[in-house]
Amino acid sequence: MTAHRKKPEPMQVVKQRRDAMLRALVGSVPYIQYLGIEFERRGDELTCVLPFKDNLIGNPILPALHGGVTASLLEVTAIITLSWTSLWDDIESGALDVQDLTNGSRRFLPKTIAFSTDYLRSGLPRDAYARARVNRSGRRYASVYVEAWQDNRAKLFAQANGHFLMPQNRDA
Amino acid sequence: MTDRSQIARQFLEALPHAHALGMKLLELENGLARIEMPYDAKFIGDPDTGVLHGGAVSSLIDTCCGAAALCHPSNRGSTATLDLRIEYMRAATPGQTVVARAECYHVTRNVAFVRATATDDDQDNPVASASGTFAVEART
Repeated sequence: MTAHRKKPEPMQVVKQRRDAMLRALVGSVPYIQYLGIEFERRGDELTCVLPFKDNLIGNPILPALHGGVTASLLEVTAIITLSWTSLWDDIESGALDVQDLTNGSRRFLPKTIAFSTDYLRSGLPRDAYARARVNRSGRRYASVYVEAWQDNRAKLFAQANGHFLMPQNRDA
Repeated sequence: MTDRSQIARQFLEALPHAHALGMKLLELENGLARIEMPYDAKFIGDPDTGVLHGGAVSSLIDTCCGAAALCHPSNRGSTATLDLRIEYMRAATPGQTVVARAECYHVTRNVAFVRATATDDDQDNPVASASGTFAVEART
């Protein structure tokens, strides 16, 4: 590398930039806000949190989370994690700023081609968490695996695999 | 309308999340269900285009598939999704109601097999197609 290495940025500046970018990305999508989904960040790792609300119930007799809510949690986690992962380098270098994200989210959000959800046990009426792993991320297509759990990290209540079309016009 | 369909209809209307998304039952008979979900800005996934989020379409399709499994003549009256795969063929046109149509085409003692499509106003050109399996208790 170069002889004159850049002085590292203060930790607060780095954290602030990353958190602001994540907020911009997540905050731009009305459906994520509607469900009340939040994201927690540790470095580049994201954990999706779905706080429980009564209107997320599908089966009132059990009661259990609606299967569509579970699928939504997994799909939201996959899309945001994929987008976040693909933007990470540009966020770190400062090539992208919050304004870029809020002005043109279309250029940054991948589109779902197919999404397959496995329901492993019924979703309990309490908070749910999800994390995604990008298994392959090419220029055009990406494959993402997601898992969701509630009280016990080792006991998944749902998992999913999705294929996505990456945004094509980032440089346009 | 058969008793079974009536039970299924009441059950569907009691689903809090289906109600929250504004879903309405159009048809429910013999393993066939049609449910509509009117467009709502709250369910947008792409803020630039106003296109609905895939998750909202998932909820509609899951509800509709479950309803189809529930109203199949050999189902005893309960169901839960085992798995559901959805293919998104195109974006639903913003502003238009999405209608899901699900058909439960086979039921065994424990499992119902269901396929579905979702359309907007352009009915010849589906927005999404899906197939899934559902846990059921069949009549013996």
